[in-house]
Amino acid sequence: MPAGAAAPSVDADNVAALHGVDFSIDGKVIFRQLDIAIRRGEVTAIMGPSGTGKTTLLRLITGQLRADAGRVVVEGRDVAGLSRRELYAMRRRMGMLFQNGALLTDLDVFENVAFPLREHARLPERLLRNIVLSKLQAVGLRGAAQLRVQQLSGGMARRVALARAIVMDPQLLLYDEPFAGLDPISMGVVLRLIRSLNDALGISSVVVTHDVREISQIADSSYILSGGQVVASGTPAELREHPSPVVHQFMDGLADGPVSFHYPAPDYPAQLLDRSEGA
Amino acid sequence: MIGLLGELTDSLRRFLERLGAITRFFGQVLWQSPAVLLRFRLVVEQVYNTGALSLVIIMTCGLFVGMVLGLQGHDLLQRFGSEEALGTGAALSLLKELGPVVTALLFAGRAGTALASELGLMRATDQLSAMEVMAVDPMRRVVVPRFLGGVIAMPLLTAIFIAVALFGVQLVGVQLLGVDQGSFWSQMRGAVELADVNEGLIKGVTFGIACSLIAVFEGYNAEPTAEGVGRATTRTVVISAVVTLVLDYILTALML
Amino acid sequence: MRQSRAIDVSTGLFVLLGFAAILFLVTQITNREFSLRSDSYRLVAQYENIGGLKAGAPISMAGVTIGRVESIGYDMNLFKAIVTLRIDARYDAIPNDSDASIYTAGLLGGQYVGITPGNSEDAYRDGDSVEFVQDAIVLENLISKYLFSQAGKDKESAAPAAQE
Repeated sequence: MPAGAAAPSVDADNVAALHGVDFSIDGKVIFRQLDIAIRRGEVTAIMGPSGTGKTTLLRLITGQLRADAGRVVVEGRDVAGLSRRELYAMRRRMGMLFQNGALLTDLDVFENVAFPLREHARLPERLLRNIVLSKLQAVGLRGAAQLRVQQLSGGMARRVALARAIVMDPQLLLYDEPFAGLDPISMGVVLRLIRSLNDALGISSVVVTHDVREISQIADSSYILSGGQVVASGTPAELREHPSPVVHQFMDGLADGPVSFHYPAPDYPAQLLDRSEGA
Repeated sequence: MIGLLGELTDSLRRFLERLGAITRFFGQVLWQSPAVLLRFRLVVEQVYNTGALSLVIIMTCGLFVGMVLGLQGHDLLQRFGSEEALGTGAALSLLKELGPVVTALLFAGRAGTALASELGLMRATDQLSAMEVMAVDPMRRVVVPRFLGGVIAMPLLTAIFIAVALFGVQLVGVQLLGVDQGSFWSQMRGAVELADVNEGLIKGVTFGIACSLIAVFEGYNAEPTAEGVGRATTRTVVISAVVTLVLDYILTALML
Repeated sequence: MRQSRAIDVSTGLFVLLGFAAILFLVTQITNREFSLRSDSYRLVAQYENIGGLKAGAPISMAGVTIGRVESIGYDMNLFKAIVTLRIDARYDAIPNDSDASIYTAGLLGGQYVGITPGNSEDAYRDGDSVEFVQDAIVLENLISKYLFSQAGKDKESAAPAAQE
């Protein structure tokens, strides 16, 4: 797995890339001239403080959102130029793990994992069953196949969602905050799965997270976003040594720094003394 | 004063926006319907969801509406010495008005809220987004089957309501209050036309389309939060009720 | 997949129930003796007074509904009501000297046209006029007639008494 400074390189090496992307919602600027490259075969981490639009980034890659300017390139093709059919074809080669799993609540575990297969492929039932069971086996939940979604714990739900994300053997896996709200054991399990799946299946993974310590254990390259731009990129080791105070505050989890502890407020003594200024 | 005017124009604009949105939505739903009907399995599940599961409430309410109609009708007609007209009066009012309207309101309350909250919840838990990413069109997989299920179920529910209600009228009128059974049915037969039955069924279908559309629209476009789903559910019932009654007037005027 | 079979069965039952209800409504509570407009012919009758007769009122012969009143108009020259009767084509042998009179169903019921057959060998054809008619009985006229005849009887019985 070639590691190294993840500067935007030739697209042939990248399974996905953003070039000079601008994106705003309701006038609020989310991204400004964003340049990101996801190298083939690597686990790429996208990190940053809450609210920097990391989920939006994933939606730009899947084509659920369109950039205002710039290019989003997936598998060498500009996402904006794809027809609906081509877009759907592209999505079949991707898998996405949502923050809460996003399993379909009226289906059981087996049917959830089988869902993409049933919708897109006409397989004999026996073959389908074997594929589903093998994916569940890969995430360690083959025995839970008959459980209903409501019976799953958070960690288990996420693993089922992961099995579903890989059931069609995608080329690119997108993870949206996969560690959020998990206990340490489940977190360790998911971490291990992300790395082993990436290597065993020969795919590329993008992990959006702010669990710095966890993702640093398995990422090949990382980007830190803040204020709608990339403030740092590189291997986890490089980022730990990064001179920028923003990066430093983020990587070390400092309470105050460039991202201020205090929400903007008027002068404190002045507000206390001056009662005519209402709250 | 100006503030009030501004608010009014704001509300008007929002109302028009929503009206436009739901019309476009309706167009999309209709466009996808033929394809969805091919996946009959999904539609059957939704007919079960909206229709079969509403049977208990429809039949119970139908029975009691019929019984009340029998009581009130008998009392009213007795003042004019025309108790034998009970069957006629009950049948006509049920067929043309009470049946379709009450069924639609009950449907909106039971099935409409179920549809809205199901879709709203799917929206709030990213299930719809997940489907999009899995290259499955949520409209086709989840929305249109529910719409079609409701449209198929409503006229059937209306017919069942009316039939059970008539039974209720008979129960009170004939068994309880002594109206002659023979004249009860024969007078009814004499006065009720096929056109009246058609009127009721047309209303049933129209209300079914309206209420199902409103329910799936509100659910699909709910804000992805817990309050958003609750709000969508409430709006479904309120808007369905108003639209049903407005359509009722329009249809009645057209068909008379 | 057991659950989906149960759903199928329940849905099937529901749909069956629904159609049964529709069938019940259509057959058991309508007077399906009549699907007008398919095959029917028209007769015209003139009346001095149609009382409460309305368009759509039944036309019956011996109590059996054979048609409906299609329309009611007024002729300014004849000063009479012109009633168009639409008769089901099945009943095409009504003697053309039959009379079409306006009766009342029940004491306070709606009014209808009753046809009493005559003796002619020829039958009415489409567009014929009915010659023999009897106007609607208006309640006020009936009452005043009764009162008038009562007053007459009283005078007769009073007169002989006065003569004694």
